[in-house]
Order: sequence, then C-alpha cells, then structure tokens
Amino acid sequence: MATVLNLRNVVKEYGPLKAVDGVSFSVPPSCIIGLLGPNGAGKTSLIRIITGITQADSGEIELNGENIYRLRDPSIGYMPEERGLYKKMKVGEQLVFLTRLRGLNKEDAYRRVVYWMKKFEIESWWNKKVEELSKGMSQKVQFIATVCHQPRLIILDEPFSGLDPINTSLIKDEILKLKSEGASILFSTHRMEQVEEMCDYIVLINRGKVVLQGEVGDVRNRYKEHLFEVRFDADFSPPSEGEFDFLPVTARHTNVRLREGQTTNHLLEYLLNAGVGIISFRELLPGFSDIFIKTVNASNDE
Amino acid sequence: MNKLGLIVAREYLIKVKNWKFILTTLLTPLGFLVFFIVVGIIFNYQGETVYSIAVVDESGMNIQLPEEKGKLRFSPSSESMDSLRARYARDEISGIWVLPRFAGVEVQDYTSYYYSDRPVDIELESRLENLLQQEIRDHKIRLLGLEKERLEKLDTRISIDPEPVSANEKDRSAYTGKIATAIGGAMGYIIFFIIFLYGASVMRSVADEKVNRVVEVIISSARPVELMLGKILGVGLVGLTQLMIWLVLIPVIYFFGMTIAGIDVQQVQEATQPMGQQSPVDQEELLVMIREIASMNWIKIAFIFVVYFIGGYLLYASMFAAIGAATGDDINDAQSLTIFITIPILLAIYVMFQAIRLPESGLAVFASFFPFFSPVVMPALLAFDPPWWRIVVSVILLFAFCYFMVWVAGRIYRTGILMYGKKASIKEIGKWILRG
Repeated sequence: MATVLNLRNVVKEYGPLKAVDGVSFSVPPSCIIGLLGPNGAGKTSLIRIITGITQADSGEIELNGENIYRLRDPSIGYMPEERGLYKKMKVGEQLVFLTRLRGLNKEDAYRRVVYWMKKFEIESWWNKKVEELSKGMSQKVQFIATVCHQPRLIILDEPFSGLDPINTSLIKDEILKLKSEGASILFSTHRMEQVEEMCDYIVLINRGKVVLQGEVGDVRNRYKEHLFEVRFDADFSPPSEGEFDFLPVTARHTNVRLREGQTTNHLLEYLLNAGVGIISFRELLPGFSDIFIKTVNASNDE
Repeated sequence: MNKLGLIVAREYLIKVKNWKFILTTLLTPLGFLVFFIVVGIIFNYQGETVYSIAVVDESGMNIQLPEEKGKLRFSPSSESMDSLRARYARDEISGIWVLPRFAGVEVQDYTSYYYSDRPVDIELESRLENLLQQEIRDHKIRLLGLEKERLEKLDTRISIDPEPVSANEKDRSAYTGKIATAIGGAMGYIIFFIIFLYGASVMRSVADEKVNRVVEVIISSARPVELMLGKILGVGLVGLTQLMIWLVLIPVIYFFGMTIAGIDVQQVQEATQPMGQQSPVDQEELLVMIREIASMNWIKIAFIFVVYFIGGYLLYASMFAAIGAATGDDINDAQSLTIFITIPILLAIYVMFQAIRLPESGLAVFASFFPFFSPVVMPALLAFDPPWWRIVVSVILLFAFCYFMVWVAGRIYRTGILMYGKKASIKEIGKWILRG
C-alpha cells in the first residue's frame, strides 16, 4: 500500500540541541495519526519539517509514494499551533488568497471557499474583517484555510487547543469526515482522550526520538496488565490470599489481576461459585495517559 | 498568477483600499498648501502696532526722516524732554528718539537713544538703524564733497558665465550650478523621504504578520524570501501609486488654491523670504533660468532617478524587513534596531549637501559609489552631468549590493519570522545570517 507520508531517519539540529533525532514513521492513506509528546519533545520542529517550513539536516521524506519531496507541497494542508490570520482582511478575500497561494486558480479557489463557508454556515461573514470575529469564529475560518485546497495530508498542530466544546466537536466531525473521504490527518495533541476517540495510529516522541508508535489497539494490547473490574450486587469480601489476586476498591467493587496462565473464565467460575451476584465485568485497558507517562518516564531514565 | 504575484497583489490592494491611505494621499498635498500659506502669513505678519516716534535731532546733521514709513510715524520735535515725557504718559507718542551730537566725518560709532518704557523689539531697532545709517552716509558724502552718482559707480555686479572648452560641450548659463543644486537637493530629499516612509511601512507590515502569527500559514505555502520580496514590492508599488497621484494632484490643488481662494503663490513665496529682502530674480534672469531648466536632459534625469529610487528602496526596505522579522511580540521594540538604517541614511543626506556644493570632490565621488549613500547622493549629482562611466559603475555597485542585502535580509527574515516572543539580539541575528 502506498503511503501518504514516509519519514526515514529525519534529523534536525539547532546548535547543540537535537530537536528531531532520527525520526522514522509512515502515514497510510485515509487514517488519523496522533503525534504525541511532552512539551519541547520536538513535535513542532518535526511538523515544520514535514510542511517544508524548515529543512531537515538529514534523512528522507517521501510524499504520496514519490521519492521526490517538494518543499511546501500543495498536497499538504497545515494549521500551525500559533493560529493567525490577517486581521484587516475580509474573511472571503483572505480564504481565497490563502487557497490560491496553495496553487489553486482563482475560480477554483473561489468555488472551494464558497463551498466550505456554506458547509460551516458562515457565508454571511464573507465581507467581515477577521478582527470583527470572535475567537471561535476565527478558528472556523482558520480550519477552512487549512483544508480548502483539498490536501491529501492534513497536518494540525494542537487543533483543539483553545476551542470551546461546540467547535471541538465540529472540528472533530470534520476531521473524521475528511478521513472518510480519503485524506490522512496528522495531528499533535496533549489531550489523551482525543487520541483514544479519534486516532488510528499514534507516534509518541520524546527528546526528538520516537519512543512508541503503532496502531492504537496494538499499543493498548502491548501495555495491558490483565486487569479486570468486577462489580457485585451485594457486599463481597474477597480473600486476601488465594487463587486470585484481588484488589478491592469498595465493598461491591473489586479489581483482579490475572496471573500467568489464568483466564477470565477461571475467574468467573470462581466468582459464581462464591455465590455473589455479578453486575458487570470488564477488562481495564491502560489509558493513553498512563501509557504516555510510563513511556516518557522510561525514556527519560535511559 | 504565481505566488510572488499573489503576495504583491494582496499587499498592494490591502494598503491602497485602506481609508487611511486614501485620506493621507488626498490630504497631504492640501496639508502642504495650508502649511505654506500659514508660513507665508506668519512671515508676512507685520504686527498691528503703529509707532509714532518723536525725533529730537541734536546731531546737527538736519536729518530728514519721512513722515510715514510702514508702521513708523516720525515727528520732529524741539520740545523739552519733560514735555515729551508727558506726551508719552498721555499715550500720544510711543517713543522718543534722541539723536545726540554728531562729531563729523571721522565718527565710526554713533549711538542714538530711544526712550520708551517697553523694550525695543528687534524689528523696530533694525529699521531705525537702517534709516539712520542711510542718513549719516548721505551726510558724510556731502561733508566730503563727493558726488553721490559717481560714488555709486564704484559698485559693480559680478557674474561668472561658464563657457565650454571643447566644441561639442554645451554652453551653460551662469545659473546651471544653482539650478543643478536646487534640483539635485530636491531629488535627494525625495528619495530620502520615500525610503523612510515606505521602508518603515515594510517593517511594520512584516512585524504585523509575525505578531499575528499568520506568517507560519503563509510560509507553509510560499518561500519566506517570496513573502519578503512580495511585501517589499507591494509596498513599493503603493509608494509609486501615491507619488503618481500627488504628481497630478499637487498642481491641481495649487491651481485651485490660486484661482478660487485667490492665493498668489508668488506672494506666498516672497513672504516666506526674510523680511525686507526683494526677490533676487528679475524677469530677464527668470527667462534664462527657464531656458536652462528646459534644456536639461530630463528624460535621462528621470530615468536615472527611477533607477536609483528602485535600488535605494530595495536596499533599505530589505533592511527594514529584516528588522521587522527580528522584533518580538511588541512591534515597538523594533525601534532600537532601526538605528542601523537611520544612521547611514542621515549621513547620506549630509554627504549629499556637501556633494552638491563640491560635485567633483573626492567625497562626492566616493559617495556616488558607496551603496548606502549613492541612492540619495547620485540623483542629486545628476544635474551636474557626471560622466557616464561614473553612473554605470555606481548603478552596478548599488544593485550588486542590493542583491547581497536582499540575500542577507532573507536569511534574517526566514529565521526571525518563526522566532516568537522576545526581540532578537544582534548576536542572534548574526548567527541567523551565518547559519545555512
């Protein structure tokens, strides 16, 4: 399968600081990738390299399965973390200008802008200056500016920072829609619940290096601790020593960690025999916050 | 349209469509007109006080003062000082001018006395002095038994008419130098103002994009140097537009000013000259000057002026752009860095004044080659008809240096615009230039 983006051993140094240190990963078509990492990990540096704002010192970048990588490729749409629009310019003109700057001709640019403004129900803002818009409004305009030229790879640096819940869900829906239309989206974020909700893949970087990457489900499985949660309809006090390792939470709620060789059926059998009513039973998968903290700490200790 | 074209067009349209641009473009010529009129009125101001002066002539020269001269009223008086003082107290006279005894031809210093309770202003003092000086001069001529008419034959008006040595050189009139100096100075000044006005506008525009953070969106689509050049060219075109409008508007406004409001420009100009001086130009001289101005190679001057305008603007605007890119989140902190532009350009103006005084001097030749000075100095020297090779070398040096400066500015720019927060130090800027 041809990849949309392929990075191999990309390095960028700022003086003595290795901002990006041998990063390799690829982005398949029609998927959402979360780029995670603590502050200063090199996310923005990496994004600036992919978008062509800065050049890597070494390493290879492939776009759309081609070996030739062009700087500022028009098949990329980019929304920087530091949002910005021309304040004195009217919304419509501004979007047409930005879209044309990405290589569309005047008529196509105009048509695309009209399409998106209708979609977000903001046609009436065409002649408003950006400085007249509220923060939420200008974020919508900013998003349109990013995707208006129909990029195949959309790069969003912290797309949800500073968004209110309504705009967050609006942008989230649009991202999922763009994905279903075949675009790939790479976004950086601090918000782990969004990773769990939206991403197909994650790339976690720390100190310029990739410390964890893979499909979201795989990563979770890799980190799972065989931990299960059981809730009862009556008080139940599990034995503190015995066949199973119980970790009681409340009188009617306990967690269990399975040992090597034990299965969930063994556990359920044991509980049924204990004569207590079971209300719910589920596996406790590690949250991405935990995975994040664990991995980053481990790589910091190296 | 390519990206550079798009950026230029955006920059141009957003500035030209702004009401501030329209307002300043329309109001500046009006403002200048009002300024000149006000200056004229101020200089024309004579004061409304009429001085009636009682003259007590004890000099023995029998001085004949006119009864009325401007705001001065003279009345010879033989009354006693006491009675004159009483008249002063009754406000019948505003001063008592006592001319003491005049010893004779040998006298080189002569003091007269003006009695008044108020200080004597400079204008009254100089008028009285001039009147008296003329009277004493006439008196001395009589005492010496000279004829006034013959004495005036001693004064000779001198002029030097330059003539060419080679046959193919054109003959110049005595005014060539003066006219060249005036035109040259004006052109140097115009370039200086344009560079400052529009260069600063480039700087603000760059800093604005950086503070707005829009720059990162743009340079993910266009190269930083395209954005920088687009800005410089866009603002440059705005400047040219404004100049063109003024070129049409100023004569129109002056025409209307003259006809409708009944303002006589000649009068205003005369009024702006120091008091009492006559305009030094008579009709015949004016004709020679007009002929001289018409005979100048205006096409050549205009062409070269435009070349230096472009070069000078590019050079300084790229420096302004680099400084704009090095500012922090507060646009105002660029001000301290503009000293690197202010100093060379102010020096250029001073050098220009010396160069048009001494157009063949070593300083003038140096300044016409030195790229920081040549855009201001060389247009000023054009009216003196410098040899072609000097112009060619100067233009080549200027544009080579421009190219270098745009390159340097581009390197500062592409790093600077992505550095948010504090303004950059000189050391950091140096690093940006050197690093690949």
